[in-house]
Amino acid sequence: LRKNVEDFTGPRERSDLGFVTFDITADILNGKMSIFDWNVKQLFLYLSAEYSTKNNALNQVVLWDKIMLRGDNPRLSLKDMKSKYFFFDDGNGLKGNRNITLTLSWNVVPNAGILPLVTGSGHVSVPFPDTYETTKSY
Amino acid sequence: VVAAAVAAMLSLDFLDDVRRMNKRQLYYQVLNFGMIVSSALMIWKGLMVVTGSESPIVVVLSGSMEPAFHRGDLLFLTNRIEDPIRVGEIVVFRIEGREIPIVHRVLKIHEKQNGDIKFLTKGDNNAVDDRGLYKQGQHWLEKKDVVGRARGFVPYIGIVTILMNDYPKFKYAVLFLLGLFVLVHRE
Repeated sequence: LRKNVEDFTGPRERSDLGFVTFDITADILNGKMSIFDWNVKQLFLYLSAEYSTKNNALNQVVLWDKIMLRGDNPRLSLKDMKSKYFFFDDGNGLKGNRNITLTLSWNVVPNAGILPLVTGSGHVSVPFPDTYETTKSY
Repeated sequence: VVAAAVAAMLSLDFLDDVRRMNKRQLYYQVLNFGMIVSSALMIWKGLMVVTGSESPIVVVLSGSMEPAFHRGDLLFLTNRIEDPIRVGEIVVFRIEGREIPIVHRVLKIHEKQNGDIKFLTKGDNNAVDDRGLYKQGQHWLEKKDVVGRARGFVPYIGIVTILMNDYPKFKYAVLFLLGLFVLVHRE
């Protein structure tokens, strides 16, 4: 599981807004056994960013998500993706924040039964720069 | 099928049985019925205690979480305070002043050192997050708005509750048949 990102921040109103572009390469098969067994209806995949700020000890923001149905291609090879949701901080904690951890996780939705949340085994730490970009076309 | 069952119930055989039962047996049957209802209530309350949720089983009412959940699916919830709210989880929450619980996924959380948390939700099948659904001026949900977190589910079964809500005549018919069945059934 590999992710590469480049990013920059911009101020909106009073909160920091982060822009992240990323690549995701993921193989949802687990060796010979696919996670898509007879009781798995779909996987809800999401890329989340986790970080700490002065205001809040823990922040988690979902940047992107995708529904993968049983039968869909289990290999993900996404390049240069923009985040699906605005990466707003509750305050100004993104500027100069050196440690934003991006993790890919997924919710297994069965045909019937328990709904587990699984965290992928790779994660990437990215830093945000110390300055704001004022004019950026996104 | 319902009509046939009713016809069978009202057939003379059953009425003869009822006439043959003396008062004591009838009271016995009524008590039996009462016990069944009480046991059911106790199981429900027990579930509330074990899961920590005031509503441990809910029926999905809308299609906003498709294709994962459809209208009529049954969800099993827990609401333990020790379980922290994290993104990706499916929460059932109520908006202040509204009765209907909503089942959506957590999109963002901001949690303070002391555990105070505010979070944003969104339905998988909705294009936008839930801010438009919250109360006027409310931007975030808090722990107090949460009824529980979805831990497991069973499809379709909740359709019966939706049918009973939308068609009260159906509800009365079901209750009437159940009552009749229990009273007439001889153990």
